Amino acid sequence: MEETTLGARQTLRDPLVVDGVELGSRLIMGTGGAPSLDGLGAALVASGTELTTVAMRRYSPAESGSLFQLLADHNIRVLPNTAGCFTARDAVLTAELAREALETDWVKLEVIADEHTLLPDALELVEATEQLVARGFKVFAYTNDDPVLALRLENLGATAVMPLGAPIGTGLGILNPHNIELIVSRASVPVVLDAGIGTASDAALAMELGCDAVLLATAVTRAQDPVLMGESFRHAVIAGRLARRAGRIPRREHALASSAMEGRAEFL
Amino acid sequence: MNIRLNGAQHAVADGATVSALVSGVTGRTLAADGQATDGRKLGVAVARNAEVVPRSQWHATALAEGDDVELVTAVQGG
Repeated sequence: MEETTLGARQTLRDPLVVDGVELGSRLIMGTGGAPSLDGLGAALVASGTELTTVAMRRYSPAESGSLFQLLADHNIRVLPNTAGCFTARDAVLTAELAREALETDWVKLEVIADEHTLLPDALELVEATEQLVARGFKVFAYTNDDPVLALRLENLGATAVMPLGAPIGTGLGILNPHNIELIVSRASVPVVLDAGIGTASDAALAMELGCDAVLLATAVTRAQDPVLMGESFRHAVIAGRLARRAGRIPRREHALASSAMEGRAEFL
Repeated sequence: MNIRLNGAQHAVADGATVSALVSGVTGRTLAADGQATDGRKLGVAVARNAEVVPRSQWHATALAEGDDVELVTAVQGG
């Protein structure tokens, strides 16, 4: 095996462990918004993701099977979501269908309040989490950036909590970094920053704040060059993670010279 | 007889099973355990009257006139 530097080793061996499963990449991708399956596949490969969300919709003979096959071809684990569900009842039924169709008990639980904001409905989310955990699902709960709710979901048995940075598809970045830090500091399950990511620096920031992973779709699938953007997020997540582990310097009010004043040449 | 499949009227043979319906719509041949005989994953699930019918029971579940069936699969999203 090729000799690696200490730095390279630290970059390579830092898996995300969820439900006992090791994922080599801390970037979780969505598949929504891609104009073509071929383009989507190339972007996913460029992003390095090993876990990718799909939605459950009515079967149409014309477009069947191909996405499922695409993910299988690239060895990408599938994370079905309950996108489009407004009630706990619909979300639970959708999760049950996903478990049957895709043979996984992992589910990204999305219960949204309305189509305008696409924000999670906290009450339905709590109800659905409780029911799904009781039915043996591993619940990845998409939630508001609310530290109280995040902890509540964890206590109900969520496998991971996924606070939003900003509303879905907005690309506004992380609107409340303080809350994200607070969620991270109190969580003992993985925290995945989900939704609102616009560009690479947003993902790096999420990791610097201490998130265990980042989930995004639109920022890549609707970028002018999705493959290039996928690649940039691959690096951003690694960079942010390394910076978090390295420990950043404290912020200071005034300048601090990095060169010693002692021993300067004196010019008379 | 007529059922509703994914929100539209759909004609099936009297007493047809869920298995026969799925096979007919997807064009795949199914074994008694609900798996495709070609060895590839089928990737679909069925709800009948708002209750999931497990794959293992497709073969033994007969449809009835007016049943409301949802047949879903994974698509781009999230």
